[in-house]
Amino acid sequence: MSNLISGNTGKWEIVIGLEVHAQVSSKAKLFSGASATFGGDPNSQVSFVDAGFPGMLPVINQYCVEQAVKTGFGLNAQINLASVFDRKNYFYADLPNGYQISQYKQPIVGEGFLLIDLPDGTTKRVGIERLHLEQDAGKSMHDQHPSKSYIDLNRAGVALMEIVSRPDLRSAEEATLYVKKLRSILRYIGSCDGNMEEGSLRCDANVSVRKPGRELGTRCEIKNVNSVRFLYAAIEYEARRQIEIIEDGGKIHQETRLFDSVKGETRSMRSKEDAHDYRYFPDPDLLPLELDAAWVKSLGESLPELPDAKKARFISEYGLTPYDADVLVMEQERAAFYETVAKGRDGKLAANWVITELLGRLNKDGKDLADSPVSAENLGGLIARISDKTISNTLAKTVFGHMWDEGKTADAVIEEKGMKQVTDTGAIEKLVEEAIAANPAVIAEFKAGKERALGFIVGQVMKKSAGKANPGMVNEILVKKLKSA
Amino acid sequence: MTSLNHLTISEALVGLKAKKFSAVELTEAHLKAMAQTKSLNAFITETPEIARQQAAASDARYAKGEAGMLDGIPLAIKDLYCTKDVLTTASSHILDGFKPKYESTVTQKLWDAGGVMLGKVALDEFAMGSSTTTNYYGHVINPWSPHNGKDFTSRLVPGGSSGGSSAVIAARAAMGATGTDTGGSIRQPASFTGISGIKPTYGRCSRWGIIAFASSLDQAGPMARSVRDCALMLQTMAGHDPKDSTSVDMPVPDWVKALSPKVKGKRIGIPKEYRVDGTPAEILALWDKAASWLKAAGAEVVDVSLPHTKYAVPAYYVIAPAEASSNLARYDGVKFGLRVDNGGSLADMYKATRGAGFGKEVRRRILVGTYVLSAGYYDAYYTKALKVRAKIAEDFRKVFESVDALLTPTAPSTAFVIGANEDDPVKMYLNDIFTIPASLAGLPCMSIPGGLGSDGLPLGLHIIGKPFDEQSVLDVALALEEAAAFSAVPNFMAA
Repeated sequence: MSNLISGNTGKWEIVIGLEVHAQVSSKAKLFSGASATFGGDPNSQVSFVDAGFPGMLPVINQYCVEQAVKTGFGLNAQINLASVFDRKNYFYADLPNGYQISQYKQPIVGEGFLLIDLPDGTTKRVGIERLHLEQDAGKSMHDQHPSKSYIDLNRAGVALMEIVSRPDLRSAEEATLYVKKLRSILRYIGSCDGNMEEGSLRCDANVSVRKPGRELGTRCEIKNVNSVRFLYAAIEYEARRQIEIIEDGGKIHQETRLFDSVKGETRSMRSKEDAHDYRYFPDPDLLPLELDAAWVKSLGESLPELPDAKKARFISEYGLTPYDADVLVMEQERAAFYETVAKGRDGKLAANWVITELLGRLNKDGKDLADSPVSAENLGGLIARISDKTISNTLAKTVFGHMWDEGKTADAVIEEKGMKQVTDTGAIEKLVEEAIAANPAVIAEFKAGKERALGFIVGQVMKKSAGKANPGMVNEILVKKLKSA
Repeated sequence: MTSLNHLTISEALVGLKAKKFSAVELTEAHLKAMAQTKSLNAFITETPEIARQQAAASDARYAKGEAGMLDGIPLAIKDLYCTKDVLTTASSHILDGFKPKYESTVTQKLWDAGGVMLGKVALDEFAMGSSTTTNYYGHVINPWSPHNGKDFTSRLVPGGSSGGSSAVIAARAAMGATGTDTGGSIRQPASFTGISGIKPTYGRCSRWGIIAFASSLDQAGPMARSVRDCALMLQTMAGHDPKDSTSVDMPVPDWVKALSPKVKGKRIGIPKEYRVDGTPAEILALWDKAASWLKAAGAEVVDVSLPHTKYAVPAYYVIAPAEASSNLARYDGVKFGLRVDNGGSLADMYKATRGAGFGKEVRRRILVGTYVLSAGYYDAYYTKALKVRAKIAEDFRKVFESVDALLTPTAPSTAFVIGANEDDPVKMYLNDIFTIPASLAGLPCMSIPGGLGSDGLPLGLHIIGKPFDEQSVLDVALALEEAAAFSAVPNFMAA
């Protein structure tokens, strides 16, 4: 139980459940034909349906239903062939109908789970309670005018998937791993772009604390956290706050809180007493959503290989460590890139190169994989030259540097720079002999028992060969010569 | 020669085709009739320019032999239908100045068939009522009200909520009108004004562009002066609309072509639960008479039972307000219509706008609806009401295993005086006691005039059919219409 945090009265456990709002990647909104793309001038993407005009009626967007079902499969969840859209009633200026169409008692997706890989190498199963479809509200802007609020309805009616986890998470770190994994699955499926900055992935966290083994504490809900980093900070802050209150003899009151990312703290938004009575009831404008079992099945079959399956395959097929496999499957493009590099080559070597060299360099230069100056094919070419001993792993790094700068293939660089590894025994023997002759003092040390001196000679040989000598062979020949001498 | 505005739609279509008169002449006759009957206060908005333009276009089509099904027929539109660029009020203050940029599917179909729009007629505010007394623009007077040649000596309600529609048709100021029926809003006003009106099966007509009262019950339908006229209008109005998820995707039969008064061999059920205590004897007598007409025409009349009937009105007054409380949340002063801004907070603006914009009955139903959906009360009211609704539908389903249609009275009284029942909402609600059960079950049903009460006011007969069997409803209605030979006219009408 390494997740426990210490207070004045001993160890505390944090219990977290997350509600993630994932915007469906759809050109049109959930119940109107209006565009759902990000950006656009305020109120330029609003239909009469979105604006709640009299006599307007919602019509479900089948594409959004499809994305919810696919995501359900991705979460190993039960797909409900019958689900119901309800109205969640409350008044607000950016909610044009005075109600939000959502799903309450009968969501489209039921129980499922998601696996997260913990830093200690173990895998944790996090329960998913449900996924339901709902429409987004508009946006209120209070900073445009000294006394008026402005409303932008571009977002009103955009399709969201609300994905609710069980309270299975036990630390801020687990929560961030959960969000990252969920985002990865959504991106694999293509149902949500996972862009937290643009608000297409938003997170509410239910946080409570308890002494290990005791029953659940009173929770507070932190609303609308819009980055993984903020989620971590918000949970940490909130847990500490709750522990302090309880340890000081106080009580936690159930409430909704907001995370202030500038101050790094949560603060009360409304208490349970002020909570809305949403008066949910089935939306009489929409018939129950009934899905055809065969259609649902075909959607399940159309799913791409998802991160967990891919990871397992990478481990078995390429002999990767779980950690490396994890890094590679995090993003679909990355996994695909890796597979192109590794195809027909040394998988482990390919993984090292993709993760350490390529991703490292991309990260350093602030580039995305899609903009990589070294293509997967070319990196594969480099791996091949290492494997067939044309160049050493060390020299390969120099080659990679040229490839990065000049966009050339490994072979072209090797050829141009004459970097082909020397594997000619005669040539290496000659270099070794020269090195022995030039460093009698070092040889004497070696003979006196200083094994490390050998490394120096090898270094000298490599230097003389401009790095092209095969280091294994140098070592072998040197040892042989010294022993026979 | 009869004034053109006294013709039925069917008669007018014959005359137009035969070029006995033009669509423009027919429209002018109605515009004149509207002016003569202005004291009914039925029109909220008159649209003579649109009417004249449409009529001229209609004549052009007749000249080319391209006339549509209702070409040149002047119609009134209940002001619950959104009409493009024409003030649409739902008879509510809260929609002040609202001119939609879209046309409801049903009215568009009427215009596509050549219909001519005379204007928008009043209703009970947001269709909530049985008297059209909750109209923000004043009471509408039933043309059957006693009149001394100069003025009304007593003012009767035209029924409701489609009271503007019923009044102008009875007064010969429109040949037909659209209505909407949630719990009886087409049938009861038809009964009160001696005209016909049909509410088709829920899902037959698109609700798109019709301002919602209670979405699971609201249904468009025609009102006119004959069964055939209703069939003609409904034929035009019905049909699947992809913009309304509750509209049913099935073909619309040719009701007009198949329309026949032959009821020989049909089984007509008389539900015993509709023999409610306190129903006037003359209404029960007319009901018996109508049964005997059908028997004489060869139908088999049988007694049936719909055991859950008495729970229909209470269930309706939970479900309809519940939906209304949510449907009317959008009238908040933010986007369109009335805004009363006293410089306070957003909540203050909501309160001021909705307090001023909604009338008493609408506010009452919003409160009732909000209450029955609230946490802690939901199951006791809303869930229970849905269960009752299912039981009522099941009652009908069972009965329709053995009968083709049901016959009942339309309303428990003739038209009452404006102001009556106002003190007692429940008494007012009981006006719909015979019409609500079929609404809850979504069934097609129709009211036609069967005769006059001892007060000289019309009484309606009510026919209920199986889901999507509008044909039987129309056929039985036609048989009754022929037998009843109702020819009485209101005390006050256009020349």
